[in-house]
Amino acid sequence: MLKDVTIGQYYPTGSVIHKLDPRTKILFTTAFVVMLFFLNNLWGYLATFLILLTITLLSKIPVGYIIRGIKGLVLIIMLTVVLNLFMTPGTPVATLGPLTVTIEGLKVATYMALRLIFLVIGTSIMTLTTSPIDLTDGMEWCMRFIPFVRRYAHELAMMMSIALRFIPTLMEETERIMKAQKARGANFETGNIIARAKNLIPILIPLFISAFRRADELATAMEARCYRGGENRTRMKQLAFEFRDGASLVLMFVMIIGLYLTTWIQIPLLFPV
Amino acid sequence: MSVEIKNLSHTYSEGSPFEFKALKDINITIEDGSFIGIIGHTGSGKSTLIQHLNGLLTPTSGTVLVDGKDIFATKKSDMILLRHHIGLVFQYPEHQLFEETVQKDVAFGPKNQGLSDQEVDQRVRQSIKMVGLDFEEVKDKSPFELSGGQMRRVAIAGVLAMEPSVLILDEPTAGLDPRGREEILAQIKSLHTQKKITVILVSHSMEDIGKMVDKILVMNEGEVVFFDTPNRVFTEITTLESIGLAVPEVTYLMRRLKEKYPEIREDIFTVEAAKKEILKVIRG
Amino acid sequence: MTKESNNRMIDVRDVHFTYPHNNENEAVVALDGVSLHIEKGEFVGIIGHNGSGKSTLSKLLNAIIFPTQGDVIVSGLNTKDQENLWTIRQTAGMVFQNPDNQLVATIVEEDVAFGPENLGVPPLEIRERVDRALAIVEMQAYAHQKPHQLSGGQKQRIAIAGILAMEPECIIFDEPTAMLDPSGRREVMETIKRLNRDKEMTVIHITHFMEEIVDADRIIVLDKGKVVMEGEPRSIFRQVKRLKEIGLDVPQMTELAYELRNEGMKMSDDILSIEEMVNALCQ
Repeated sequence: MLKDVTIGQYYPTGSVIHKLDPRTKILFTTAFVVMLFFLNNLWGYLATFLILLTITLLSKIPVGYIIRGIKGLVLIIMLTVVLNLFMTPGTPVATLGPLTVTIEGLKVATYMALRLIFLVIGTSIMTLTTSPIDLTDGMEWCMRFIPFVRRYAHELAMMMSIALRFIPTLMEETERIMKAQKARGANFETGNIIARAKNLIPILIPLFISAFRRADELATAMEARCYRGGENRTRMKQLAFEFRDGASLVLMFVMIIGLYLTTWIQIPLLFPV
Repeated sequence: MSVEIKNLSHTYSEGSPFEFKALKDINITIEDGSFIGIIGHTGSGKSTLIQHLNGLLTPTSGTVLVDGKDIFATKKSDMILLRHHIGLVFQYPEHQLFEETVQKDVAFGPKNQGLSDQEVDQRVRQSIKMVGLDFEEVKDKSPFELSGGQMRRVAIAGVLAMEPSVLILDEPTAGLDPRGREEILAQIKSLHTQKKITVILVSHSMEDIGKMVDKILVMNEGEVVFFDTPNRVFTEITTLESIGLAVPEVTYLMRRLKEKYPEIREDIFTVEAAKKEILKVIRG
Repeated sequence: MTKESNNRMIDVRDVHFTYPHNNENEAVVALDGVSLHIEKGEFVGIIGHNGSGKSTLSKLLNAIIFPTQGDVIVSGLNTKDQENLWTIRQTAGMVFQNPDNQLVATIVEEDVAFGPENLGVPPLEIRERVDRALAIVEMQAYAHQKPHQLSGGQKQRIAIAGILAMEPECIIFDEPTAMLDPSGRREVMETIKRLNRDKEMTVIHITHFMEEIVDADRIIVLDKGKVVMEGEPRSIFRQVKRLKEIGLDVPQMTELAYELRNEGMKMSDDILSIEEMVNALCQ
């Protein structure tokens, strides 16, 4: 269930990809995600697939583990596919009662599905190969270049890191509360939507109370350990941009350009240009 | 109600790299009306075991028979009925309180049982009294403005109000101060004697368990090490120590005294019993 | 200054503390004129039932809250002076009850680094401090683990390491074993005792478990916001009746000795250990 979501999880293997500076990875992922929306033919998606496959193999993360991350999103992907399939006007290829499937619909639906899947895989590879702490450090650094956000870079990064720290704890807690209420005869499995929503109250209230209690205790503990915001704070781990990062950036640049070039290809692949 | 655990095994995340065998072929019968203590260090399988008794967890293999009926062979709706008879008080039960008032919170269980308002009200009153709180004083209070010990009792009352025939408590005294510990244990004991219900108490404290129960179930790494009377279990000091459990200090004392007074009994685990034995043997 | 005051770690002078109001809008007096002192290198146990003011006292010592009346002096600095705040919190570290709610980072060593990072310690020195602190609590092997995968006792040891990395002179333990199982309790107590014995760390240990403080240098008993007893363990525990009246336990051997004496057997009333009891009975 909740445990199947792989976005935001870290899977240490010590691979080359893991060792890259988080900033390199954030930069690449951002460029990659933007690029995904420029692709306009299947050559581009084929190239994307090869790039992702190479990175996955290099990262030594089991392919199955990454695929599992998409499972949680199957519903959203299906929905976009169905919507695009029937809602796009163009040359009809088949009719299903009042609904018509067009070539254009097929094309848009396929592209959207691939885009979403690659988007999820791309970002999960980033989170799977980067420890949360590195990720937040990297983001904190990147945020320094965004106006308005700059002032809150440290706070945002700290919030993210605490959220990541407490997700597993709160998930366990949810499970425990659910079981405890079940033991008191609560029924979460039957009834209509309204009844089910109402049934969530005995879970949500204790969960919120506990989250607030934890937040309160954590704040006290942080204060006791002399936390006073980002000012004058040092870090044990310094982000270090190394040779491999430079090399990767060059490689990245080439890949992104390569992806962009695919949009110029005029040879049709499955769909007309 | 009698509870019979048959060839029960449970494996978490079977087939994944995180696979963990929490229970390995457990076979035990808990007689109707008995008082059982379960002991074992964290990860020994205690919590997994008790969650099978009311069907919160489903066994990987084996089953549980309640009054001779296989609980995992029943329909879902019957499982919910079963939970009315087998009350389970989780660790830190005060963390599941959610209603605006104590009265409403304790009523949650009986209401789920579909009882009449009158019946619910009566049970709420009774169970709050049973845990040693004054109904009139606390009924309209928010459970969250009570002290930690009082919250714990309200949570226990919430399970008692369902009038279970088997009551399972997972470390009901964790985190309480000495007086709070003593009071809760005394109430559990009197509940057992007055209501004649079966009680299963999970605890880390050998002292507490030794004082109260008919039989102790000692668990280690998902297996049953002992299931016997306290007198017998406490003489197995070497085995208990080898699985990270310690016996009460007085038991160690009696063992030491035996070197000089061979006739002294070793199967002693309360201060009271030690006093009597010492007076009898040493003072003569 | 006299020689004695040079040796003083903490001085609590006639401290009162009132929580502004509870849910029913009444002010709650948590501490009612507490005076006590802790010397450098001491191991002091503080006991008292829930609501006796123990936790309030511990938060006052760490300058998390401030006395309504009276003074708390830590290593010569008054907690009332705002400019002393960070020095005091660094000098008197604090370990809390719930192991889950005091670990901040997602990786063990990052968590240990949190304190020194806040103090602005240079990166290389933080690294050294973290390694040293993890070695002291014997958790080096877990440096790269995630906190939620550790046992309760291990989490508490990480919390202790996090405080050690700030290089305090004194650590206040606010019921660090209350939520642990016996083996977790044992490992945490061994760590605390070792800190006091080998590292000469001043330790203030608040607990409900009497056997944890039988070999403390001194025990302070709080009841209803007041210090009601103070002295070395033997002189405290021999007052079995009085301790029971305020809702506290005594070690099993002390209780047995008390019971046997009541039955007219001749033995000393300050027996604490099995060894002493055996000696008393086998003369």
